[in-house]
Amino acid sequence: MFEYTEKIREIVKRLLQDRVVDGVIGFRKGTVPMMNHPFFMKHIEQVPQLYWDSWCGVNLANYLPKRQDKVAVVAKGCDSRSIVVLIAENQITRDQLYIIGIPCKGMLDRRKIYDTVRTRGRDITDVMERDGLIVVTGKDFSLGLDRNQYLQENCAICLHRNPVIYDELVGEMVPEQEIDRYEDIRAIESMSSEKRWEYFSKLTEPCIRCYACRNACPFCYCPQCFVDESKPQWVGKTIDPTDTLTFHLLRAFHLAGRCTDCGSCERACPVGIRVRMFTKKLEKDVKELYGYEAGVQLGERPPLDTYRPEDPQDFIK
Amino acid sequence: MAQWEPKIIALLCNWCSYGAADLAGVSRLKQPPNIRIIRVPCSGRVNPKFILASLRKGADGVWVSGCHPGDCHYIEGNYYARRKFALLKDFLEYVGIEPERVHFSWISSAEATKFAKVAEEVVDAVRKVGPARYLVKREVEVE
Ligand code: SF4
Ligand code: SF4
Ligand code: SF4
Repeated sequence: MFEYTEKIREIVKRLLQDRVVDGVIGFRKGTVPMMNHPFFMKHIEQVPQLYWDSWCGVNLANYLPKRQDKVAVVAKGCDSRSIVVLIAENQITRDQLYIIGIPCKGMLDRRKIYDTVRTRGRDITDVMERDGLIVVTGKDFSLGLDRNQYLQENCAICLHRNPVIYDELVGEMVPEQEIDRYEDIRAIESMSSEKRWEYFSKLTEPCIRCYACRNACPFCYCPQCFVDESKPQWVGKTIDPTDTLTFHLLRAFHLAGRCTDCGSCERACPVGIRVRMFTKKLEKDVKELYGYEAGVQLGERPPLDTYRPEDPQDFIK
Repeated sequence: MAQWEPKIIALLCNWCSYGAADLAGVSRLKQPPNIRIIRVPCSGRVNPKFILASLRKGADGVWVSGCHPGDCHYIEGNYYARRKFALLKDFLEYVGIEPERVHFSWISSAEATKFAKVAEEVVDAVRKVGPARYLVKREVEVE
């Protein structure tokens, strides 16, 4: 991973020197282990702070809507697809961007690491990566963990690890996975209505309506979100189970045909709700009904912004 | 308690299905009294929020009806609506709302008999699954 960091710094330095961009959006090392944060920079002196490892899960496309300047942005596969969607939605133009593409090997899930380590009652002070191993260090222990067991759920089933658009790559393209993305969705589809209702009621029960999932998403850029509307108030603002579920249904529906399954919503959720169980269903339907995958093709119209006269309509009387 | 009767919200396009409802009435066609009609300018105007709001407020069923493909007063509103509804219907079923509660149809302003027939079908389907159970916002008693 260190090669990526080096390469990012090298590219950014050059871009700033040649004044190709006004600013750069990348990552810098977090103050706690496994939490790198987005880094906005303009000056060459800041270049050494740029950083990359497997804890850069935040989708940086989230900082692009309605920008006026020209920026370089570090983008993994999912981030690059999000950029494609944002361009289609006129939130930014391609000329405003210099995309530093990251061929991605999957981001890691800090919660899984904590689960493994904390059950043994130990705090983590440092986490490093070496040859497919994650080395977790604490006060009086050091533990080697198999990287593949600790991928974020969305990364384990990601089909587009390589950026779909970029100006420059930081390394060789990585092999893409061939995998069934919808196993869990099909399992739910095969349940009875009662069981499904039960499943989703339980899933959303711990939600505290903090909207971190919404804020982390690059596509939740509406100046006024439906959750803030008050006259009429379509969605109740309380944590009553009906209100909470309504919020989740509408949030997910607003992402139909747009969500790139970057997983930012899930990693942002303070109570660990698997909100992708909603968005992924819509993603599956959009693919099956309209043969569309979000952000894979620059210039393609979003599926709910277009139609074909022969679209399926068996459900209409 | 009197026998339960389903309450159904019908969102009807002004240019076709609403006209069909009108014509069905004028023609004295027999129709179930369970439908509460809300007139909308186009099926494309129907926001998923309206459907969720109906269910949240206790409607036992929701029915959206617009112009046949190709006949939209605004040329293509119903084509966009069709995609939106296809996804929404499946999505609501996915989280547990029974398929019998949410209905869509294309009915032109001349199809009064179709209107009466579909109205029967919708009411029968909703009757079969009984009073709304899911997504109804229950009022909380405050002492
Ligand atoms: S979803 Fe794909 S591209 Fe995005 S971080 Fe995970 S593996 Fe990388
Ligand atoms: S809904 Fe979640 S997974 Fe989908 S694009 Fe938004 S943040 Fe990413
Ligand atoms: S981040 Fe989690 S707790 Fe917060 S609103 Fe979203 S699902 Fe609910």
